[in-house]
Amino acid sequence: MSDFTGVMVYAEQKDGVIHKVSYELLGKARQLADKLGEDVFCCICGPENLDLNELIYRGADKVYHIKDDEIFSIPEVLTYAKNIVKVINDVQPEICLFGATSFGRSLAPRVAAALECGLTADCTGLEIDDEDKKLVQIRPAFSENILAHIKSGFMPQMSTVRYKEFDEAARDDSRTGQIEVLHPIVIENNMIEVLREITEEDFNITDAQIVVSAGKGLKTSEDFKMIKELADALGGVVGSSRPLVEDGFISKAHQVGYSGNRVKPKLYIACGISGAPQHQAGMKESEMILAINSDPSAPIFNIADYGIVGDMYEVIPQMIEKINSQKAVI
Amino acid sequence: MKIVVLIKQVPDMEKVKFDREKGVVDRKSAGTEINPFDLNALEAAVAIKEESGAEVVALSMGPPSAESALKEAIARGADQGILLSDRKFGGADVKATSNTLAAGIKEIGEFDLIFAGMQTVDGDTGQVGAEVAEILDIPHICFVEKIEEVSDKDITAVTDIWDGVYVKKMQLPGLLTVTKDINNPRLPSFKNKMKARKAEIPVWGIDNMSDYIDENGAGLKGSATWVKKIEVPKAVHREGKLWRDDINSALDEFTDILKDKKILEVK
Repeated sequence: MSDFTGVMVYAEQKDGVIHKVSYELLGKARQLADKLGEDVFCCICGPENLDLNELIYRGADKVYHIKDDEIFSIPEVLTYAKNIVKVINDVQPEICLFGATSFGRSLAPRVAAALECGLTADCTGLEIDDEDKKLVQIRPAFSENILAHIKSGFMPQMSTVRYKEFDEAARDDSRTGQIEVLHPIVIENNMIEVLREITEEDFNITDAQIVVSAGKGLKTSEDFKMIKELADALGGVVGSSRPLVEDGFISKAHQVGYSGNRVKPKLYIACGISGAPQHQAGMKESEMILAINSDPSAPIFNIADYGIVGDMYEVIPQMIEKINSQKAVI
Repeated sequence: MKIVVLIKQVPDMEKVKFDREKGVVDRKSAGTEINPFDLNALEAAVAIKEESGAEVVALSMGPPSAESALKEAIARGADQGILLSDRKFGGADVKATSNTLAAGIKEIGEFDLIFAGMQTVDGDTGQVGAEVAEILDIPHICFVEKIEEVSDKDITAVTDIWDGVYVKKMQLPGLLTVTKDINNPRLPSFKNKMKARKAEIPVWGIDNMSDYIDENGAGLKGSATWVKKIEVPKAVHREGKLWRDDINSALDEFTDILKDKKILEVK
């Protein structure tokens, strides 16, 4: 076991742009490695034009760049997994971190199964146990109702880590490190072909600071205009509970909840949302929650900082007016 | 065509209680149900069966009582159910669970497709599907929200991944994990309920699958990870202020709060 040393981060990229979760992982990896007195490695699969120095400025001591302009331009997990498994086998890190993005959650299990090691999903906390110097992986389970502390007896100790859970590593452009460029393993008969990417609207609710969401209290899809107007007045974006997405009122990109997007904005306004546990799982970590609902017994009020019992069709227009008039005050 | 659907019996999340003091999940506090995402997986398989004819086998690992979940799967359109149940399977993590399910699939023999839910609502890992695929050395597609075409050689599916939506064509045999958007699971039909009532659910223990797994690969022994501690986090303290009657003054107070907290920038 003593052969395994160092903390490895898998850095995700798309079209040559490094996903921000990679910098969060590097920040956490640096803390863990410093506590163990070991190095931080970073593995990245992608094209020539990646900003590899940035990974060093963010805390990596050594970057392994598996370079190919073609094969890593599509989300083809088999190719990625084969290449990453090879690097992990060669480097033998004791800890391995992947971002729990959709891609990371599809990729990491294949890597873990190939390495026959454990894998702890969707971690929100990582620590080094003071006694045995092993990794303690903390993750929510049971639909976010409990936090499990998990340890691994196999090397490497591998986790996927939730996006926006840790702070990005501070950037220090005086840091130096090594870069090793590797040739890719190309799978000849690839069993999966990516036929096309359907372009989606460029909207990312998880980055928003203010989210105004509507639920079943909203009568027609037209009425989302009112929600949008409130969101615009506050400088926020529009969210939705699942039923409205199912009814085709608004696209899935706006869906907040267990099976949609998880948001942690500064302010979350729930309009006409009763607050089913599935919805709460996606928004209960918001810094401040305002609920507007005509039913005083709606469960959303139990997790809200502020609640207004009233018809959203009365409350929201007044609220828009108030906010706009406030903004006009010089 | 033979389709295997991976099913897990989970506690009813709306009712299950958590003991904060002891740090345990009181599984007895709630009834059980089929993991909701697995119902979508089952429906996807049954839809293919209706379209082009296929045999649908529901496969689960769990305690003997999980038989009822497999009977329900038959009531919802599966042709048969198989339960992997053995004391030696207890305490399994993702690795051991995947090993055991993969062994069960190998024991079933030839198959074309495997469907699984994108995650379970209790374990919440979403990893078992892809691990099973790796162990079986077959391709997989996660987070499938639509199936465009199925032939006996390949399947074309739409998946939401990598900050985009992609159409992928996968050679069979292969595994898919599905989201809730893929379909609306049907309710059990009267005819199928009758069928389910009469169905025998074979129970396979480790000895029934000895060609593919031994006790070092299953249960607690075959697990790479273990739960050291469970914490039931306290709910975040919330202000909990409720305004009921005077909406106008409520909104005045609330806008003041937004200004105080610098959420609303006043010029």
